[in-house]
Amino acid sequence: MSDLVVEHLEVRYGDLVGVADISLKVRAGQVVALLGSNGAGKTTTLNAIAGVVRPRGKVEWRGEQIAGQPAYAIVSKGLALSPEGWRLFVAQTVEQNLRLGATALADRARAAALFERVYALFPRLAERRRQLAGTLSGGERQMLALGRALMSEPQLLMLDEPSLGLAPAVVEALYDTLAELHRQGLTLLLAEQSILLALGIADYAYVLQTGRIALEGPAADLQKNEQVREIYLGIATRAAAP
Amino acid sequence: MVAVQVIVGGLLLGAIYALFSSGLTLIWGMMNFINFAHGEFVMLGMYVALLVVVYIGGGPAIFGIAAAVALAVLGIAIYFSLIRHVIRGPMLAQILSTFGLALLLRYTAFWIFSANFVSLPANALSGTVSLAGVYLPVAQLVAGIVAIVLTIGLHLLLTRTAVGSKLLAVAEDRTAAMLMGIRPDRMQALAWGLSAGAAGIAGALMAIAYPWSPSVGETFVLIAFVVVALGGFGSVLGSLYAGLITGLIQAVSAFWLGAIYKDIVVYGLFVALLWLRPQGLMGKA
Ligand SMILES: Nc1ncnc2c1ncn2[C@@H]1O[C@H](COP(=O)(O)OP(=O)(O)OP(=O)(O)O)[C@@H](O)[C@H]1O
Ligand SMILES: [Mg+2]
Repeated sequence: MSDLVVEHLEVRYGDLVGVADISLKVRAGQVVALLGSNGAGKTTTLNAIAGVVRPRGKVEWRGEQIAGQPAYAIVSKGLALSPEGWRLFVAQTVEQNLRLGATALADRARAAALFERVYALFPRLAERRRQLAGTLSGGERQMLALGRALMSEPQLLMLDEPSLGLAPAVVEALYDTLAELHRQGLTLLLAEQSILLALGIADYAYVLQTGRIALEGPAADLQKNEQVREIYLGIATRAAAP
Repeated sequence: MVAVQVIVGGLLLGAIYALFSSGLTLIWGMMNFINFAHGEFVMLGMYVALLVVVYIGGGPAIFGIAAAVALAVLGIAIYFSLIRHVIRGPMLAQILSTFGLALLLRYTAFWIFSANFVSLPANALSGTVSLAGVYLPVAQLVAGIVAIVLTIGLHLLLTRTAVGSKLLAVAEDRTAAMLMGIRPDRMQALAWGLSAGAAGIAGALMAIAYPWSPSVGETFVLIAFVVVALGGFGSVLGSLYAGLITGLIQAVSAFWLGAIYKDIVVYGLFVALLWLRPQGLMGKA
């Protein structure tokens, strides 16, 4: 059984089409990647699932239709979105940002344990707990964004381009962390332009093109498929040829 | 000694300016909404104090709290009945809504209380004290000190508590706050409650020390605009400093230039400031 089932999702921004027709599934324990170039509709899809924008179609979470519910209601059902660009509260401290992340917790007493878990995962955040989020480095901001999303103890964590604008070494560390979280049982839905990285940890992937699913399959298959690499992922496999 | 008295008197009045202006900065600087009726909230706080003293009785603690609660409730009611419907509408709708509200409150007050100046009956805070040779009315002294304490309290509420953090989160990024599980509507309503409540209690404090009529709101809202601009939009501590400075400038110019010049000097400085430092004296560039 799938935890998240999206069928014929459509989002319009006035007359403009954000996504036209998206169907996807995420099972508990999986890492699912949403791939696609600029404007393909990855952000719109995640925002619709998280309740930031109102979609048409079906968004079912553990058997309950949640499409159209406000974001604050959806996060308390166990679906957290770390939005594109992270959207940290830059005028507040690291600790305040993390505490805000715990707002949706049903059991307030869990917050202390979650603080410990996040600080263990990112010791740099623990050192900087009193520092304003706006003064963190790019890598630290990314840690805080991920930590903040984990503070609601989500059953499904959606990340929108977590590697955007980060140095390669930082991105690598991030993906190590994501892989570790996956091993611990976290379910991930990941929108990425860094295709090879995302396919590296994903079990299953969807390739979006102008608001539709152009292609889907197990990540390992997509990684091997040369035609896919060239046409949809824009990776020139024959670049090395003379 | 007279100079010291003028300066201290100005600072004490400025403390009350700081308190009601911190209410305006909460709505204007943080929620990006201009409330032209804020001065009327102060004015209503003054009349609530008067009504409580006359009809119920009780000291400053009672009518101060009564004014804060009454105006906080009014602020929340106004948020849900009016502001919520125009908050994401065009700028003109926002301006007209609170401008209309200001007129409605002002003329309702004229109608009920008449245009005459009134003041609170003599109370426990009547009389003067002498501190190191400076003579000050007890009422002014108490009102000013309480206003400073409350303004600092509001600052601490916003910066040191979980609910303050949520409120600032909504102000900074409404969508991101919703993704945390925060209901923006509740925080906005709370901001209006706090803002109007601060204005209400500032009114009650003002009423202890100064006489008034229903038209005072007009002056207060202008002063609050000056203070908020001076202190930096959205900064309660900035409002505290700016309120004290504004009270001081008013008192000093009234004393040395004459009472009719005090407002001209303040607004003149305000215009000059907007020219030179649009982000406010304390605001970040
Ligand atoms: N707020 C908006 N108003 C109007 N159109 C929008 C809005 N947000 C997105 N769109 C449009 O919807 C389409 C999908 O955009 P979306 O941001 O979902 O793509 P994306 O796959 O996340 O792209 P990127 O990789 O650049 O982040 C684009 O054509 C975009 O211009
Ligand atoms: Mg995007």
